Amino acid sequence: MNLSRRHFLVLLPAAAIGYEYALAGTPATAPNYNKSDHWWGMLIDIPKCIGCGNCVRACQTENNVPEGFFRTWVERYHVDDWHLERPEVISPDGGKEGFPVVEADADKYFFVPKMCNHCSDSPCTQVCPVGATFITPDGVVLVDQTYCLGCAYCVQACPYGCRYIHPEKKVADKCTLCYHRITKGLTTACVENCPTGARQLVDLKDPKDPIHEFLKTHNVQVLKPQMATGAKAFYNGMDGSVR
Amino acid sequence: MKLSKDSGHLFRFLGLFVIAFLIFLVVRHFVVPKSFGEYGHYRGAAIDEIAALPVKFAGHQTCEACHSDIADTKNGGKHAHVNCEACHGALADHASDPASVIPMLPDTTVLCARCHTASAAKPAGFPQVKIDEHSGGLPCKTCHNPHTPVIGSDKASGAVLGAKTAGGTK
Repeated sequence: MNLSRRHFLVLLPAAAIGYEYALAGTPATAPNYNKSDHWWGMLIDIPKCIGCGNCVRACQTENNVPEGFFRTWVERYHVDDWHLERPEVISPDGGKEGFPVVEADADKYFFVPKMCNHCSDSPCTQVCPVGATFITPDGVVLVDQTYCLGCAYCVQACPYGCRYIHPEKKVADKCTLCYHRITKGLTTACVENCPTGARQLVDLKDPKDPIHEFLKTHNVQVLKPQMATGAKAFYNGMDGSVR
Repeated sequence: MKLSKDSGHLFRFLGLFVIAFLIFLVVRHFVVPKSFGEYGHYRGAAIDEIAALPVKFAGHQTCEACHSDIADTKNGGKHAHVNCEACHGALADHASDPASVIPMLPDTTVLCARCHTASAAKPAGFPQVKIDEHSGGLPCKTCHNPHTPVIGSDKASGAVLGAKTAGGTK
C-alpha cells in the first residue's frame, strides 16, 4: 500500500475517530438492574405526615449529610383564615428533631416534606457548564462529584432549593433518591423510615406500581408546576398555600 | 486542474489546521473520561460509582429474615407500617455481622414521644397523647409493647402489662 503524505494526513483523523469509538465499547450494566426499565419518582402524602423528622435523620445517616445541610427536610405550614396566600412556614433544623408543640388551635397546620423533585426537565442539569450533573436513564438527578467544579450555578437554578455546596468537598451535593439503595432493590432511607407511610418511592415505568391508580384517583400536585420542570415528587392533598 | 501559482500557502494553512485537529483529538483522548457521553453529556461511570455507595439501613426485608417472630407480632398490630429501623436505627452493620454489632435498645420515653406527643399541628386522626399527663414520666414500654402498641394486643407473650392510664386523647 502506497500512501502519499497528503492521503495519510487526510485518513489520520478518521482513524482517530474510529479508535475512540472502539475504546468506548459496550456499556457495562449492573447485574439484575436495567436502567431503562425504571423511571423513579416520589409520592408524598401530606395528610399522613406527622412531622416527626424520621426521614430527615435517616437521610443524614444514610448519606453522611453534613450538619446544618439537608437533602430532605420538613416544613410546617401554619395558615390562618385571613392569610391564605401568606402562610407562616417553619422548619427548625430541617424538622430533624420534630416541631414545637401547638396547643389546641383553630388555625390550619400541616407538614410538607421537601426534597429533590428529580425533575425530568430539570433546570439544574441544564445550567451545569461541565456536565457534572445529569438525569440518569432511570430518572434520577445525580451529581458527579469528581467532575463538579463547585460553581454553584445549579444551586441557584434549582427552583426548590434542594441543592447545596458541600462544606468540605466544595462541590454540589443533593438527594440521590438513594440511588445506591434503589438499584439494589431497597427503597430510599426516608421511605424506609417514615413511620406513617407518608412517603412512597414510585416507579412510573412499572405498570404494577400502585402510583398509577393513585394518580388517577387522588388530587395530586407537583411543586411550582408553572416552572415546567417535569417534577416527579408528587404531593397528595397539598394545600394551595404551599410554595 | 490548474491551481494558481500562489496556492501553496493555502495548503500549508490546511496542513496546520489538520495538525491542530490531530493534537486536539490526542489531547481529548487523554483528558475526556472514557465513559463521557455513554448516556449523555456526562461521565456514565459516575452512575455506577454512586450506585456502589455503601448502604446503612438494611431494610425491613433483611431484618425479617432473622427476626420473623417479631415481624409477625408487629405486622399483626397497629405498628405494621412502621419499619424496624425507623425505631432501631441504621443496622446494616448488624445485618452483615450479627455477632459483633449489637444494636442498642431504644429508650421508649424519647422514641415514642417523637411521634405520639400531642400537638394541634398533627393530623387529627393520628394517635397522640400529652406525655406528662399520660404516663407521668414512666417509659412507654411499662404498659405498651412497642411492636404491637394497643394494650392487650400482645397475644404472643400473653402479658397485659398494665392498666390503661388516664390522660390519653385517643
